[in-house]
Formats: sequence, C-alpha cells, structure tokens
Amino acid sequence: MPMNTALIGKEYPASSPYEVSREKIREFAIAIGDQNPVYMDEEAAKAAGYPDIIAPPTFLTVLSFKYSPQVIGDPELGVNYAMVVHGEQEFELLRPVRAGDVLVGKPRIANIAARGRNEYLYVEAAIETVEGEKVAVASATIVSRGTAPQEG
Amino acid sequence: MTASIGYSDVAVGDEVKPWTYKVERINLVMYAGASGDFNFIHWNEQFAKMVGLPNVIAHGMQTMARVGEYVTAWCGDPGAVLKFKTRFTSPVVVANEAPTEVSVTGKIVEKLDGNAVRVELSAAIGELNVAAAEAVVRLA
Repeated sequence: MPMNTALIGKEYPASSPYEVSREKIREFAIAIGDQNPVYMDEEAAKAAGYPDIIAPPTFLTVLSFKYSPQVIGDPELGVNYAMVVHGEQEFELLRPVRAGDVLVGKPRIANIAARGRNEYLYVEAAIETVEGEKVAVASATIVSRGTAPQEG
Repeated sequence: MTASIGYSDVAVGDEVKPWTYKVERINLVMYAGASGDFNFIHWNEQFAKMVGLPNVIAHGMQTMARVGEYVTAWCGDPGAVLKFKTRFTSPVVVANEAPTEVSVTGKIVEKLDGNAVRVELSAAIGELNVAAAEAVVRLA
C-alpha cells in the first residue's frame, strides 16, 4: 500500500533529550573501528582545540533511533517496515557533536515520491541542543520497495 | 583544530590515496550494539536469506562510518567535516566464512569558499559499487 502523501510537510515533536556521553562516543568509535584520539581521549581533544571529546561525523545515527520511530511508525503514514531500506543519508554539521551535548531531534517529512515501483520517504531532522543551539541537519531517504501506486 | 592539509596545496582532480578495509560479522554485531540498529538482516543469516538477501548485509551507516574515517584520516581533523552524504547503491554482503574487503577511493571535485573542498568518495567490493558519497571538508 502506498504511503500517505497528505503527510508531506508534517512536523513531529522533538525527541526526548539525549545526553551525549564520552563513553558512548568511545563505544561508537570502537565499533566503527576508528579510534581517532579526538574521539577517545579528553586531553587529545582539548589539545586539538575542542572543549571535550568529539563524535565521528556519522554519530548522529544513534540519535536517529530516538526521533525516527515516531515518523516511521506513524499509523497515518502507512510505512511497511519490512519493505524499507536506507537509500541515502546526509549530515550537515554546523559543528562537531561533542560529549556533554544534550540533543533533541525534530523530524519532518520533507517529501514522499514514487519512482517506478518504489516510494521514497525523505525525513529531515533539525538537531539542536536543549539550549536551542542548532548543531546539525540530518536527512534520510528511506526506500519503500514495491509499494508505489500502480496504474490500472 | 585545523586540518593538516592546506587549501592552497590541493587542486581539483587530486586523488585521495585509496584504502581498503575488511568487514566481518563481529563488526556488524558491534555496530548494531553501538548504533542501536538491531535489524535482523545485519546479524541473522537465516532471517536475511528468508527475506531474499544473499546473506547478512552490513548496515549502510557502518559503510558510511568507514568512508568517514577515510576522509577524516586524510584531512587530519574529524571536526572539519561540514557536510557528509552517502547513497547506498548495493548491499555489502558479509558471509560467516570470510571477511568482505571493501575499497574506498576519493577525489577532490570542487574548491569552495572558506577553505572548503568537495570530495567525491566511492566504496566498492571488486567492481561492484556499494556506496557513492560526498564530503565537504574545511582545509587549513
């Protein structure tokens, strides 16, 4: 069944505050196999001019699991989770995410489009600190396989 | 921190030294735990095959993270990445028996204002392209 295109432009409430910890950044860095000292060691990060250890550029994927479920699981949208794959991801980073940040994600449905048999759901999330500082924009393209409206 | 590569030292067309990495099941289990993406297709072979995949596949974001390491290691400052975009063009299949080797390449395609450059990046398994990416990085 196709997705509900009436939801294009829908904005969702901010996710609950997520505190970025040093240990989570380290765990993520170890998991991706990239132990750059600025991800691992407070002193190395400070020597590099950062107030605390910083997170790898793709770290915000962790936060996406806090704000995306309300979009993907929106009963009015009608996504069949078994049919979706991650098509594309973009991060626009106004500054590196760092330990101590308390972040919220505010997702909106930027577009829904059909191409061939597939549908494309574009979710754009503004990532801000709880103090209101804009940190990043995370945009995901979710491909829903074979759910495009068919003629005839 | 500033990048270790100077804006004036690079030109459009310059290539980033190619790099390869290996993916094994353990890497996907660790990525699942650290990222919070526990989709069965990334660790359960039986399930992956049941939904029509050839085997377990890597998280797209795991591939993007490895490409991110490639570009940040090159420029010398992970905090210099202003924009990072990746299109997942084909799944990275990871069998239990042997690691999958992925090669990563990059090329400077544009010089922008503010000492930034646009780098086109690509990840492939042999001839099969698995990710087409692009990063905007601020150089020194």
